[in-house]
Order: sequence, then structure tokens, then C-alpha cells
Amino acid sequence: MIEFRGVTKQFPDGTTAVDDLDLVADAGRITVFVGPSGCGKTTSLRMVNRMIEPTWGTILVNGADIMDHDPAELRRGIGYVIQQAGLFPHRTILDNVATVPLLLGWNKKQARERAAELMELVGLAPEMAGRYPAQLSGGQQQRVGVARALAADPPVLLMDEPFSAVDPVVRESLQDELLRLQSELGKTIVFVTHDIDEAIKLGDKVAVFRTGGVLAQYDEPGVLLSRPADDFVDNFVGRDRGYRGLGFLSSDGLPIGELATVSVGDAGPSEGWALVVDGERRPLGWLDGGTQANGAVTAGDLVPGGSLYDTDSGSLRSALDAALSSPSGQGVAIDGEGRVVGSVSADEVLRALADARRTGAAA
Amino acid sequence: MNWGWIPRNIDLVASLTWEHMVLALVPVLLGLAISIPLGWLAGRTRIARAVLVPVTGLLYTVPSLALIVVLPIVLGTRILDPLNLIVALTIYTVALLVRSVADALAAVPAVTIAAATAMGYRPFRRFVSVELPLAVPVVVAGLRVAAVSNTSMVTVGALVGLGGLGRLFTDGFQRDIPAEIVTGIVLVLALALLVDGLLLAIGRWITPWTRVGAGARVRAGAAA
Ligand SMILES: Nc1ncnc2c1ncn2[C@@H]1O[C@H](COP(=O)(O)OP(=O)(O)O)[C@@H](O)[C@H]1O
Ligand SMILES: [Mg+2]
Repeated sequence: MIEFRGVTKQFPDGTTAVDDLDLVADAGRITVFVGPSGCGKTTSLRMVNRMIEPTWGTILVNGADIMDHDPAELRRGIGYVIQQAGLFPHRTILDNVATVPLLLGWNKKQARERAAELMELVGLAPEMAGRYPAQLSGGQQQRVGVARALAADPPVLLMDEPFSAVDPVVRESLQDELLRLQSELGKTIVFVTHDIDEAIKLGDKVAVFRTGGVLAQYDEPGVLLSRPADDFVDNFVGRDRGYRGLGFLSSDGLPIGELATVSVGDAGPSEGWALVVDGERRPLGWLDGGTQANGAVTAGDLVPGGSLYDTDSGSLRSALDAALSSPSGQGVAIDGEGRVVGSVSADEVLRALADARRTGAAA
Repeated sequence: MNWGWIPRNIDLVASLTWEHMVLALVPVLLGLAISIPLGWLAGRTRIARAVLVPVTGLLYTVPSLALIVVLPIVLGTRILDPLNLIVALTIYTVALLVRSVADALAAVPAVTIAAATAMGYRPFRRFVSVELPLAVPVVVAGLRVAAVSNTSMVTVGALVGLGGLGRLFTDGFQRDIPAEIVTGIVLVLALALLVDGLLLAIGRWITPWTRVGAGARVRAGAAA
């Protein structure tokens, strides 16, 4: 757990970068600091490992005041992933990852063995070990940065815009990877970003900062989307927040309707839409009744389907998107194995949303 | 020209070559050892830099002969003491290197230094194991200039009876032996080229990361 108590940072030139911050980042969770550039996110993060000293206030890490520790020793116990990766250009990937274990006094062999494990954990091929950072893509460098931060197994991980310099596709896969890692490791993570979508995707809780280093709102992402504290947060959260907020509402209890299905080679319906499935009842596409030439369904008759709604893990957002993106207006509901179990409609999703509002799950 | 002079004096030439090397390179090492802390200091504050870099640079403009004549008075050495020459050339090396070291350290990316701090390096260890290695390519470039400059400047010492191969110039001139003068010139040039090449090779050998570039990245694959 990381606790900010009345923390303020004023730089010598008079800039107030962080203004009276009170905040608890829960143990084992991802807390995201988000806000426009210059709002004090990096300063807040760097005060945790004493790279910047607070002007006023107290910061506790797992109950202990950080000022009671020697700064270098404190930092060896706190993982840090820096913007642009910040790898050591003159060291191989393996030696980059082994940095903190070596600082902690492990012998070289142990440290390198540990580094090799970490490389595997973050999905870096063993043949990368002997390369230098300049030989890696941006996404690979970020993985190395994460591996380096985790090498001594610190309970706390600070991440400063780690994925902001990579292209969107790679960023998405790095985000997914981080969530997977976190589900295995359960670190106390503070993650800084200026990207609200990234914040909402990764954060168990999200702290929105405004310029001047003032905390505007600190809540779970679903609450942030449904009940922004003020106009600033509303604006910052951005367009479509009502729709995006559906992603945080459980679809438990959403009624699953009947769905007409046919197999390739069968006779299609004379009218209306039917879903074409394979032998395992996995969806192949839609069939517009009466359009196929000779009665038997062929692959050429298929109309591509929309997104699929997974009844095991889906949200109201995925159910609604399945309904809206389906050519028939019926969303395809599947089970965890990908087999069709029925349909969902937009009307039912909106009814479920109304129910959720009435019971207070959303405002 | 009487080339027979060379085989007859081969022992003298060899010992002067050795002396020349020592007189040129010991100051390079001493100068480097002095320039690193000065260059580091210049990087601490703007004032330190504004003072150190121009002042040390100015030392290079002091005429070498003047320095060799004045140093015995300052140091209390005899006029023929090789120490005078070594100190003089060390001063020139410092004059050339402080700026190189300061610039090289200033060019180490801030994000790399911040990363090292965040990992838990204390300042001294961070300097030795992160900042200094990254400064090597620029420092070596400065060292090559200093080493070549020293190799030619050693000959000035011949005017006061020192000076390694430079003595072949003075002696050959006084005794009118052109072969001796030519031998001196050729050997000084060869020595300068050798030292330069050697430093280049050492510099490349200790900085393997500088030889991997964009081409290597393509081979490494584009996967994230
Ligand atoms: N060393 C410093 N000296 C003076 N002002 C600074 C310093 N570092 C940051 N600031 C200022 O503090 C504010 C917050 O900076 P920062 O924490 O880096 O913002 P963010 O990470 O949210 O973009 C900015 O206005 C920035 O200009
Ligand atoms: Mg920042």
C-alpha cells in the first residue's frame, strides 16, 4: 500500500507541481494517475521513491515513512519503469535486467539466471539476451524495462507512461500483457499515463489530476465514467463515456433469447435471418432468408457477422455491441468455448442498464 | 644522403623511440585522470562549467617552450628533468580533454541517468558504471587528438635536451646528417599514426554497443 498524506511539491522556481495530495494506492492493485501534461503525475510518482523530495507531507510505503529509508536502498525495493524505457545502452539486455539484483549484491551468475527468468516472464525470446537495447524495437525495449523493474521482485512497481512511445497495436498488446502479469504477480502498481482509455483499461482505481497538481477525482473507472465529479473530469473522460461505462456493468442476468441456426448444406429459412454454424455450433456468418439460389446453404451465401458476446466474461458493453453490429439486429451470444448459446438484443441491454441504475450500480 | 647512419645508430633510435612514447603517453594518462574529475565538476553547475572549460582551454595557448622554461622554476626541478616535459604535456592534455569529458558527460541522456537513479545506484557508482562508459566514445575522440598532439609536441623538448626522437632533429641539424633528421620525422609521424590507430581500436573494443545500429535492429525482427 502507498499512502500520500497531505503531500505538496513546490519547485524552487515557485511551481506547485503537486498540491496537498491525499491518496491511498491499494496493495496488490493497479492505481492509475491520469491527467493532462504538466499536471504533476511524474512528480507524484517520483516522490514515492525519493527521486523528488516532497516539500510538505508524508508518504508511507507499506506502512513505513519513506524518509526513514536510505534513498538508494529504498529504490532497490521499488520497481521503476521509466518513460522511453531508459535502458542502459552499453549493457546487453540480460545485464540490463540483472541491474537491481547486482546492486543488491547477488553474484553475477545468480543475477543473470534471475534475469533470464524475467525475460521469459515478459515474453522476450532467450536469443535477445546478448543484444543491446539499440537492436530492439520500442515494444521490446518496454518489455525489457518491465523485466528490469521486476528483477528483484519488489512489492511495489512505479510505471511512468511506459507504453506512450509505441504504436497503438503494440501498446494494446503490452497493456494486455501487463494485466496478465499483474494477475500472476499481484504487485502494488502506480501507473502514470495521459491517456484516459489506457487509465480506464488498466486501473483498478483511477486518480484524475488537473493542472496545478490537484487531485480532481479518485474512483474506480466505472464510477469515473458514470459519475464524473465535475466538468473537468467529464471533459477529460471524453466522448461516449455513457457507452464506455457499460463496459464496467456486469451482464449477469441478461436474458438470452432464441436464435435460428442452420448448417452449411441445410436448407435455409424462407424468410428472416438465421445464423450459420459449424458442426461444433461455432458461428460462421449470417444468412438472409430466401436469398440463396437453390435452397441449400453454401459458404457464398454468408453475410459476415458482428462482434460476439461472451456470456462467461462479457459486459453490457460487449452485449450491446454484439447486437448493434449484427446484420440481423440480434447479437450472437456464445459460451466460453465459443459455441452459440442464443441471442441478445439492444432492448434487453437497455432494460438491464435501467435495472442497474435503479439498484444503484450506476448513476 | 647517407642511409648508413641508420643501421649504425639503431640502438640509439630504438631507445629514443621508447623515450618518445613514454614522454608522449604518460601525460595522456595523467591528463585523462585529471580531466575526468574536472569534466565531472564542470557538469555539476553552470558556473563551474563557465569557469573550467574556458580556463583549461586557455592553457593550450601557452607557448610550449615558455612552459618548459618556466616549469623548472615553478616545480623546483632541474631544467633537464623529463618531469618538466611531462607536466607541460599533461597540462596540454587537460586543456584538450576537459571540454571533451564535460561534453561527453552532458550528452548522456537524462532518462538513462534517471533510470540508474531509480534502480538504486548511488551517485559515485552511477558515474563510474553508467555515465563514464557512455562518455567513452567522445572522450576517446578527444584522447586521440591529445595523443597525436603530444607525440609531435614531445620534439620541442629537444631544444632543452629532452624530447625523444626530437633529438634526432637537433643532432642531425648540428652535425649535418640529413638521414638522421628524416629518420626522426618519419618515426614521429609513424608513432603518431600508430598511437592514433591504437586508441581508435581500443575505443571500439571497449564500446561494442556503439557498433550495433539500425541494420542490426532489422535483423532482430520487428516483433514487439
Ligand atoms: N525540476 C523542476 N523544476 C521546476 N518545475 C518543474 C520541475 N519538474 C517539473 N516541473 C513542473 O511541475 C509541473 C508538473 O510536472 P510533471 O510532474 O512532470 O507533470 P506530468 O508528469 O503530469 O506531465 C509542470 O508544470 C512542470 O513544468
Ligand atoms: Mg510526466
